[in-house]
Amino acid sequence: MSTKASKSQNQIDSILINREWCKRCGICVAFCPKHVFEEDKEGTVSIPRPEDCIYCELCERLCPDLAITLVPQTRVAGDGT
Amino acid sequence: MSEPRRPVSYYLRERFMPHLWCAGCGHGTVLNGLVRSVDELGLKKREIVMVSGIGCSARMAGYLDFHTLHTLHGRALAFATGVKLSRPELKIICPLGDGDALAIGGNHFIHAARRNIDITVLILNNRIYGMTGGQYSPLSGCGIDATTAPYSTIEDAFDPVKLAVAAGATFVARTTTFHVHQLQQILTQAIRHNGFSVVEVLSQCPTHFGRKNGGLEAVDMLKAFKQDTAPIGSKRLETAPDLTPVGVFVDEDRTEYCERYQSVIDRAQGAVADRAVAAEHAGAEPDRAVAAAGKGAVT
Repeated sequence: MSTKASKSQNQIDSILINREWCKRCGICVAFCPKHVFEEDKEGTVSIPRPEDCIYCELCERLCPDLAITLVPQTRVAGDGT
Repeated sequence: MSEPRRPVSYYLRERFMPHLWCAGCGHGTVLNGLVRSVDELGLKKREIVMVSGIGCSARMAGYLDFHTLHTLHGRALAFATGVKLSRPELKIICPLGDGDALAIGGNHFIHAARRNIDITVLILNNRIYGMTGGQYSPLSGCGIDATTAPYSTIEDAFDPVKLAVAAGATFVARTTTFHVHQLQQILTQAIRHNGFSVVEVLSQCPTHFGRKNGGLEAVDMLKAFKQDTAPIGSKRLETAPDLTPVGVFVDEDRTEYCERYQSVIDRAQGAVADRAVAAEHAGAEPDRAVAAAGKGAVT
């Protein structure tokens, strides 16, 4: 399991970006209300602040390349698998 | 919102991804919203037929793992009508562009609306012909630069919502690729509606429309959708009537076309059965139609 959100009130487990589908349009970077994303000069997106995510789903739904997936925290609750 | 849902990829033909739409193209966002809406409705992939014409919008059919038909330019609704009449239990969705819906396909559009056949039409309005190189369309509007209007357009645009209402569509709505939550909600309502549903989605074309009209990028165009629209009945729209209204304009019940057609089938079959009974009583041979229908009770 990757970048786990540290704040307990967060509902997401991780933010996944499909690099093969992403066309670097910058929409997720521009519209995230919590500025979770950043892009470099080439438009490659990174996620420096996943713990700030409030699970508004805006990035996931706006993404024209269907490249972003928010993994909800549903399967974290202690089944040990 | 918290119900378990299938991943977006379940509904896609992943072997064709990434899609061919340009970076920042709004059509991908519509595809995104449509998939979520289908998931919300709990529809099975085999219950949906997507019928598209030609253009950027029409490529949507290729990426979805439903029954799909990629047909002739402007004729998607003619094919869709055929599919729906032969298999009324299937859900039909047509993603149409400016040209498909209101230029070459304009007549199919108004007559399908008039009949109130149960088809969901998405008009992906990017105000330009993207695939063929940025020619202006009947939805471009006045004062727009396009490859076929180097001195800018002098024509006013259709209002697809008013056109659909006037032609008789029983569900008419407008939203944008910025209003993604509303997009899913409206698409869900439209697909569920029993009758001709029209959803105009304002979609951005940064490559052709944006570049020729002030060098707008996808992000700028999405911000403009936010600024230039207001919900129907809102205070904001009252004070600034130049804004584009978004929301559901019409949602009414009228007998659906396939149901009316079924009544014709029932009457015709009733007439055939009546003739068979009459023929039996008269001791005559039943006519050929009766024999073909297997209803001739001849002993």
